[in-house]
Formats: sequence, C-alpha cells, structure tokens
Amino acid sequence: MIEIFLVFVVFGLLGLVLIFMNRFLGPSRSNPNKEKPFECGSPYLQKDINPFPIKFYLVAFLFLLFDIEVAFFFPWALVFKEMKVTALVVMAAYLSVLVIGFVYAWKKGAFEWE
Amino acid sequence: MDILIIVIKIVCALVWFLTLTLYLTWLERKESAVIQDRIGANRANIFGLRLIGLFQPFADAIKMIFKEDFVPPFASKFLHTLAPFLSFFFVAVTIAAVPFGDRLEIGGRHINLQILDLNAGLLFILAMLSLGIYGIIISGWASRNRFTLLGSMRGAAQLISYEVALGLSLIGVIMVYPSLRLQSIVAFQGENLLGWIPKWGIFLQPFGFLVFFFAALAETKRVPFDLPEGESEIIGFFTEYGGLKWGLFMMTDFMEIIVVSCLVTTLFFGGWQVPWMSADGFHFPWGGTWLLPHGIVVLFQLLAFNLKVFFFCWLQILIRWTYPRFRYDQLMDLGWKVLIPLSLINIIGTGIVMGILK
Repeated sequence: MIEIFLVFVVFGLLGLVLIFMNRFLGPSRSNPNKEKPFECGSPYLQKDINPFPIKFYLVAFLFLLFDIEVAFFFPWALVFKEMKVTALVVMAAYLSVLVIGFVYAWKKGAFEWE
Repeated sequence: MDILIIVIKIVCALVWFLTLTLYLTWLERKESAVIQDRIGANRANIFGLRLIGLFQPFADAIKMIFKEDFVPPFASKFLHTLAPFLSFFFVAVTIAAVPFGDRLEIGGRHINLQILDLNAGLLFILAMLSLGIYGIIISGWASRNRFTLLGSMRGAAQLISYEVALGLSLIGVIMVYPSLRLQSIVAFQGENLLGWIPKWGIFLQPFGFLVFFFAALAETKRVPFDLPEGESEIIGFFTEYGGLKWGLFMMTDFMEIIVVSCLVTTLFFGGWQVPWMSADGFHFPWGGTWLLPHGIVVLFQLLAFNLKVFFFCWLQILIRWTYPRFRYDQLMDLGWKVLIPLSLINIIGTGIVMGILK
C-alpha cells in the first residue's frame, strides 16, 4: 500500500515541478497580440462556450455498453482454464447476446460516419 | 530499509523513463531524417563536440524550461494548468507496474525488479492509460479555441473507440496465462512450446497481438491515427500551450510509445525472458547447458527487456514516418468494424482451441 502512495507522490511532485518550472524560471513579457487566440488569423469563435452539437454521443454510448462487457470478460478469462467447457458454454450465451447487439448497431448504421 | 529500496527503484525507473523519453525525440528526428534522406538534428554541441546531435534533446529541454509561462487571458487558468499535469501523470505512473526483471538477490534480500507488484497490474495500466483522456478533453475545453475543442473531441472519440478493442484483445492473453499480475504473465512465458519454441504471447496469440498493437498505436495518437492533432489541419488540443506545458504533452506522446512498447514486450514477447534461459543459466533445446552466476542472469534479463522495448519504440517511429493519416470514417471503421469483430473471433477461437487441446 505504501508503495502505491510513494509512487503517486513522487510522480505527482515531478509533474507539479514541471508544470510550475516556467513560472519561476521563464520571463514574463505580455503583449496584446500574444493574447489573441491562435486561429490562423480568423476571428475567434466566442468568449464562452455554449452548448454545441456533439456527434460523438452515439460513439460514447456504444463505448459504455461495450466497455462494461469487456469488464465482464476479464474475470471469465481468469477462470477459463479451470472451468473449460462450462465457461465456454456460459460465455457462448453471453457472447451471442453481445454479437446480436453489435450486428444490430452495425445494421442501424451506428458506426457510419458522414 | 524497505522504503529506501522502493525509493531507489522509483528513482531508477524515472531516470530510465525520462532519459528514454528524451532520446526518443532524438531517435524520431534522426530516423525521420534517414527516411526522408536528410541529415537531421546535428548542430547542438558542447565545445564543438557534436556527437551526431546527441546533445539535441538536452538543448531542447533547456530551451523549454526557460520559456515564458503563458496562459491565454480567455482560457480557464486552473483547468489550463491542470490538463498537461493530468496527461503527464497518468501516463508516467503506468511505468511503475512494468516488470523490468526477475528477482535480484543482494545480501539475502529479494528485490523484485518492479516498483508496484500489483495482483491486478494489467488492469492498473489499462485504467491509468484510459484516465489520460481527461488531459485531452480538459486541455481542449480550457483553451476556449474552436480548433482545440475540435481536436479534443476527436481525441476523445478515437480513444474510447479503440479502448474496447484494446481491452478485448487482452482477453485472449489472460485466457492463456490466467493471471492479471504482470510478473506471473512474464513467468508463464518462460516455458517452452514443443520443447524449443519459447512460450511467448506472439506464438499463442498472434491475432491478439495484431489487434492489440493496432489499438495501442491508435491510443498513442501518432501519425496513422493522429486525427486529434492533425499537424497540417487543426494543430490539435494543445494549440494554446507553450513552453514546458506543451513539452509535457510532447513528453506524454513519447512516454505512451514507451509504455505501449513495454506492454507489447511484457504480454507478447516474454518481457524480461531470454529464450531458453532459466534462473541458473541457459538450457538449450539441443542439450547443451551454460550455467551463469545470478548477477549475470539478471543483467541478461534487463538487457533483453531493454532491447525488446527499444525495438518496439523504433518500430512505432518507423510506422509514424511511413504511413499517411487516416480519414476520420476510415479510423472509425477500423476501430469498430475490423478490430472489435477480430478480437471477438480471437476470443472464441482461443476458447475452442484450448477446449480441444485438453
């Protein structure tokens, strides 16, 4: 337990040092041109971020479903060598549900990208 | 005393990791130069001593350290600072769970050449790698710039798409080596198949390796899969960063290469295992033996691990400078329509073959 704590502390401190190094060692010269956003010369979008349409909603949703299924696979894979046929039959039932869902999503065009 | 050993191990791993990260930047420049028939970085020198540009990474580091700490006035200051930290931290921490070698015996003490010997080390690494996504999303959001936002959204969608394939491809490996502890997985690979082929993951799980390697390449967000960055179009989620904060994103990139190489080595190429070598020396399949003292065996193991990791770092840089970027729909197709079905088939195939074999 102390090992994990030590690792997190050491790596965290290193990260903090690296983040704040510029503040202590670097110069500080501001300039109105420097403070403009970098968008290749075009005026920038807006000051605050409003809600914007997100095309990745479906991808995120599918990810949630499939990642939970992946999480179920891990304990199954660990005991597979001992259970053999039983494990295979159980997982065949589970996998067929997963594959039906996958094929349905595919047929519905959830993976298409315009 | 135990704490001292842990601290020494952490320092050694950090020095190894950071040096390798620095020199991967050099390797990337030189390798791309050779591929494109250029000379590459060779000007940095100490008193005229150039050494084919070997001092270049240090010159770059010194330059980045003394840059101005600039946070754009329109950005959210706290999140803007937090993002590179998260991005760096979550990738850097994974190196703690990688086994560098077997046990080293010094003065009656058994020192495990691995910082964190977690019984779920594989899950730890996967979890930390997927937490790195927060660095991307937060940096894009906090910069308040349409290109960074676009880059971070692309990055998020890409990472979560390939995360599923990454997880599924490892199921086959766990079925063959039933453990999540990385030291045990490496130990399982020390045996021989048919008496002479080392029992490495690549021979038992070739499809698993392919899927894992492609998914891991996509997770590193480098050129065939560099949609979140897209140097020639949107510049990516770190557009508004400069100095060492930008440097942290860059370091994260190279650290991801190293972590992926370590994972590929550990899971599919025997980790620190040298073919036909056990704890007391070599036992060749044709009958010869070559006994070695303990220290030399450990040295061989460290050397084998490093060589394998270097090879995969080199391979990833070669891929980055050889292939053009995917289009976004091709990227999504490869993730969802090729890699996930392939990994599912791999799981079923592995199950059936293992059922038949006994």
